[in-house]
Amino acid sequence: MSVPEPLLVVRELTVTFRQRHPEPALRAVDSVSFEIPEGKTVALVGESGSGKSTIGNAILGLVPIRSGSVVFRGHEAANATRVDRGFLSKHVQVIFQDPYGSLNPARTIGQILVEPLMVHRKMSRSDMKSAVAEMLTGVGLEAGAAQRYPANFSGGQRQRIAVARAMIIAPDLVICDEPVSSLDLSVQAQILNLLSDLQRAHGLSYLFISHDIAVVRHVADRVVVLYRGQVVEAGSVREVSGSPRHPYTRALIAAAPVPDPGVQRARGVARRHAVVEREVPDARPNREACAFAPRCPYVVDRCRREKPNLRVGSSGALVACHLEEQLPEVAVLFGRPRDGGNAFDQDPESGDGQLVRPSGPR
Amino acid sequence: MRRMILRRLLQAVPLLLIVSSFTFVLVSLIPGSVATALLGDTGTPAEIVAIQRQLGLNRPVYVQYWHWLDGVLHGSLGSSFQNHQSVASILNARIGVTLTLVIATVIVVAIVGVSLGVLAAVRPGVIGRSVDSLSWLGLAIPNFWLGLLLVAFFSIFLSVLPSEGFVAFSTSPLRWLESLVLPVIALAAGPLAIVVKQTRDAMVSVLESEFVRTLRASGLGERSIVLKHALRNAAVPVVTVLGVLFAQLLSGTVIVETVFVLPGLGSLAASSVSAHDLPVIEGVAVYFTLIVIAINLLTDTVYGWLNPKVRVT
Amino acid sequence: MSAVAPVVGVHRVSWTAPVRELLRRPLACGALVYLVCLVAACSAAPLVAPANPNYENLLDVSSGPSLAHLLGTDDLGRDVLSRILFGGRITLLDAAEAVIVFVVVGVPLGLVAGYLGGRLDRLVMSVTDIVLSIPVIIVLLVVAAVFQGDLPLMVSLGIVASPSIIRVVRATTLSVRTELYVKAAEVIGLSRLQVLRRHILPQVLAPALVQVSVFAAAAIVLEAVLGYLGLDVAPPAPSWGSMIAEAATVIDQQPWLMIPSGCVIALTVIALGLVGDAVRDININRRSPTVLRARSIGSGSSQNGARAAEGTPNPEGSVPSGAEALLSVRDLSIVLPNAGGELLIVDAASFDIGRGESLGIVGESGCGKTITARALLGLLPPGGRIAGGSAMFDGEQLVGARKQSRVQLRGKAIGLISQEPMAALDPAFTVGYQLREVIRANRKLGRRAARTESLDLLEQVRLPNPVLVAGRYPHQLSGGMAQRACIALALAGRPKLLIADEPTTALDVTVQAEILDLLTSLRHDTGMAILFVTHDWGVVADFCERTAVMYAGQVVEIGGVDEMFRLPLHPYTEGLLAANPHFAGEGPLPSIPGTVPPPGAWPSGCRFAPRCPYVTVDCKISAIALRPGTEGRVTRCLHPERIGGRTTDVSS
Repeated sequence: MSVPEPLLVVRELTVTFRQRHPEPALRAVDSVSFEIPEGKTVALVGESGSGKSTIGNAILGLVPIRSGSVVFRGHEAANATRVDRGFLSKHVQVIFQDPYGSLNPARTIGQILVEPLMVHRKMSRSDMKSAVAEMLTGVGLEAGAAQRYPANFSGGQRQRIAVARAMIIAPDLVICDEPVSSLDLSVQAQILNLLSDLQRAHGLSYLFISHDIAVVRHVADRVVVLYRGQVVEAGSVREVSGSPRHPYTRALIAAAPVPDPGVQRARGVARRHAVVEREVPDARPNREACAFAPRCPYVVDRCRREKPNLRVGSSGALVACHLEEQLPEVAVLFGRPRDGGNAFDQDPESGDGQLVRPSGPR
Repeated sequence: MRRMILRRLLQAVPLLLIVSSFTFVLVSLIPGSVATALLGDTGTPAEIVAIQRQLGLNRPVYVQYWHWLDGVLHGSLGSSFQNHQSVASILNARIGVTLTLVIATVIVVAIVGVSLGVLAAVRPGVIGRSVDSLSWLGLAIPNFWLGLLLVAFFSIFLSVLPSEGFVAFSTSPLRWLESLVLPVIALAAGPLAIVVKQTRDAMVSVLESEFVRTLRASGLGERSIVLKHALRNAAVPVVTVLGVLFAQLLSGTVIVETVFVLPGLGSLAASSVSAHDLPVIEGVAVYFTLIVIAINLLTDTVYGWLNPKVRVT
Repeated sequence: MSAVAPVVGVHRVSWTAPVRELLRRPLACGALVYLVCLVAACSAAPLVAPANPNYENLLDVSSGPSLAHLLGTDDLGRDVLSRILFGGRITLLDAAEAVIVFVVVGVPLGLVAGYLGGRLDRLVMSVTDIVLSIPVIIVLLVVAAVFQGDLPLMVSLGIVASPSIIRVVRATTLSVRTELYVKAAEVIGLSRLQVLRRHILPQVLAPALVQVSVFAAAAIVLEAVLGYLGLDVAPPAPSWGSMIAEAATVIDQQPWLMIPSGCVIALTVIALGLVGDAVRDININRRSPTVLRARSIGSGSSQNGARAAEGTPNPEGSVPSGAEALLSVRDLSIVLPNAGGELLIVDAASFDIGRGESLGIVGESGCGKTITARALLGLLPPGGRIAGGSAMFDGEQLVGARKQSRVQLRGKAIGLISQEPMAALDPAFTVGYQLREVIRANRKLGRRAARTESLDLLEQVRLPNPVLVAGRYPHQLSGGMAQRACIALALAGRPKLLIADEPTTALDVTVQAEILDLLTSLRHDTGMAILFVTHDWGVVADFCERTAVMYAGQVVEIGGVDEMFRLPLHPYTEGLLAANPHFAGEGPLPSIPGTVPPPGAWPSGCRFAPRCPYVTVDCKISAIALRPGTEGRVTRCLHPERIGGRTTDVSS
């Protein structure tokens, strides 16, 4: 059985931005490569400056690509012409982070949702109206919302509208750029559930961009960890989060606080040693060295002279670190799963998050 | 910063060329030749031709322009068609008046405008509203009309201030001051209103910002916050506006100097156009442009000094 | 999946909304009416004017207003009112010509420069820079002298003045272009022209209109200047400017003559200004999403209006008071102004902080946690006030305290760090300067001592190179460094309590970890208590000893973190902990159905009841007060025993 063609293949993607006169161009994305299989979720994880959002923008054609290739179903998307863009926009859509900025405040929900249909489908007006109504109920809003303006809706509801807009032309790939980072916790869960339901129902793929490793663990199949525009580790979510082999991945996981006081106290020591601040951070990046060297607790001389390549590490994931095999084993603590049920647990019959009567401690 | 100054200076050259050539071409199109204007209706055809040859008006336009440009590069702006005086000397005699008027106006506008704006921002109640209404008046009333009204009231009705004429500082400081009061008020009213509004808006916006809240939370006194921190930040947009206003004031001098009969560049501009005195018009255009360039340079420098983001990367 | 209804009522923002907004501004309406009447009257002057404007009646010279001549006659006996109407035709027509050129040249250039960017943008910008430097009046005077008629004059005016609208349109286009909804439109596949037309142009209209009104006023005045100089019409035809010139010649005999022509110019300029201002104000309301967000929270019904005064106080002793408490807040209620009056935002909050303790206040957006924390320092938004309750800090009552004593407390007793560290520092001064200033304001230290102290503080917050950082401006610092500088600023007065309002929310997670460690060690070193406002339960678990949970303006649970995580005493707490992706297994995340009720739409009875899985009938009847639970904890739930617990030991 042959491995099916991946939906999206990114090879050696590089994006640079011009800076004010004395500074050289900023390499926001530096030779990044990864693939997105059909029907799967690939997560890009990193902090600010990692380039994760820029990669999403580059795939969507919102920023110019300096070099490298982005191939979607055999079509080259890098710096595509307007015609190619048309093809891509039919199959690749986006959900942005900010629910308040991503909907035009001067247009109704109906007008917003109809736009993709106008561009890509030849439908009659009444067909479009019913498609919009169907989509709205599909994301958990009432059909009457089409007449209203974004101002009438909360952040979580607006994000549902953004999901509806992305899904209405049934794309194959949706780029989710921090889709839940601006939302409250209770709403986050609703939106994440909605996204996974839609994925199951339509078999679409997600490129899930986030800084929150706990969310990524929950939604992603594969994880790509980025630091300063470069891939430092990439593999299945179990490999990367279960046994991280790159010091930065470890630092990320160690730093993210776990909502369990006892566990967090035990992790405190590991976290304090995960990142070391040695230099004043605006030192120019040295392309001949490992990008993480200034902050790495395990740094040796070789790290500063030679940039590590991405190769298969001891966990099975790709890692870019000279010392990958020699890193000490660290019990990666994520916290025990909650034993004993509670009323908010999933009831398999009634859909997600429905209220159930408590059935006593399990 | 240095790059910005250099850029401004480099822009000056094409600017001067454009302005001077544009004015030259336009004026040379004035119907009814200069000669006729100079001689009046009584000139015979022979006299007209003689004057034309004397003033070099029989040559094509671009030759005349090149001749003038050549003169400029050698330090001469030519001579007036009307009285053959050196243009440079005419202009230099009058530039002092215009600069005095404009600089005095800017000082008044800056000091009074910023103070009123700060006051209106800090005391938004009655004071703020009355400042608002006064601003409206200042903006709406055309400056020459205001000048005439002031003359009607102070010169004719009260007879306390002169209605026209300029007295040099060296002759009598007091009368110098008196001759400036009404023109400055007329010229300053509009820009004053704009500066008050801008200052007030900028101050209100700064006083609501996060760093002001932090400074308040750290125990700093209100006076220090308003006058040192808030004002310093609010000054940045206000300086930009002041720079633009400064340049507009030059235009205002044309009419105000005419109304108050002040011997400055502005009134010279008006009179030389009706007299078709080409070299003088050119000279005034050049001087005005130079002044505007200097103003822009000054504004940019002050702005850079005030705003660390420009000064230090 | 249950359908989710919109949060706020049916109020629709449609295109009639701007008209309604305009009607709410009587001055602007009046101005608009005046302008329309003026234009109509002047256009119809031959029909409307009472007399022939050039008819000289030498018997009735220079008379004041009378029944026959409403605005009097001039020095040649001509009717002033008629002359103004006819003169207006010239002025208004000229101004209109200039405005048309202004718009036709300026708007497309601005749109194209802003949207396409690159070389075209740079070209347009350098040309406008040059044009802006040209002394306008010279050009106008020369054109006026050269060409016959006003049209060339007004065309030149329009062109020479267009840089101002080009700049505004370009700036608006640039800012709209970066909006996410425009990016979304591009991703959808709209062509550039479609994006310009559908998304950008509508946003550009209002600022462009404002510029047009400003320019129209300037054009009218400029036309009057030309009239005064005798450059627009040949006498005896009237124009507003030439009428002023004529009046000037007889100013000592007939001062009244100055008034009508000048006044009509001034009134027209005022009217244009009022209309322009109204357009700008209305547009701000329409565009800004954050304004909309704030409005939607506050525009609920005034259901709570009657109760706005006091909130629901809790019975005596319901919150066990520690004898050692540094800060003791009881029944603190805060109101904010809104369209209908005042809105209760925080309803009888109560909690204690002991000396050197770290207390968290955790909740989602809109629960009131931030405003509660800031109220302690008296830093409420404009119009907000504390409507009741008390806050005892170290023996002093904060509520109702005189402004002077509150200012005294700030910095010296209570410090504050907030969410956006870059925005919290004055961009115009170096870090060291601000630090020294605050040190000297709070402690009586000389210059040299303050400088040493400032470097010590920077070291205390673990900044790698204190001298270097002290000389830097805020924009030169990274987020983490800036937050450390803010902490140093807050520590300058050696406060006993530090209020930390979401200080790590905007920071990277690795930087957040460092800041939390720093705060913990500072707390141990200085014995300072920390009130930590956050929405992140991981941070609570890491940093706080005790925590208070807020929901819909109320404190719903208080307790030690270990006990609370193990066994929440309020269903909301339980729901939030369950929804946390950290604990997710396979399958969907448990989520709390429904949404948080906004202030003004709080249900009577338990506010969480509509979403609660354990709800009973008595939960909805009346307001529920805080009541003691086990181990010194406090809860607002009537039936905490029903909350599904773990099998692990509850009593330890």
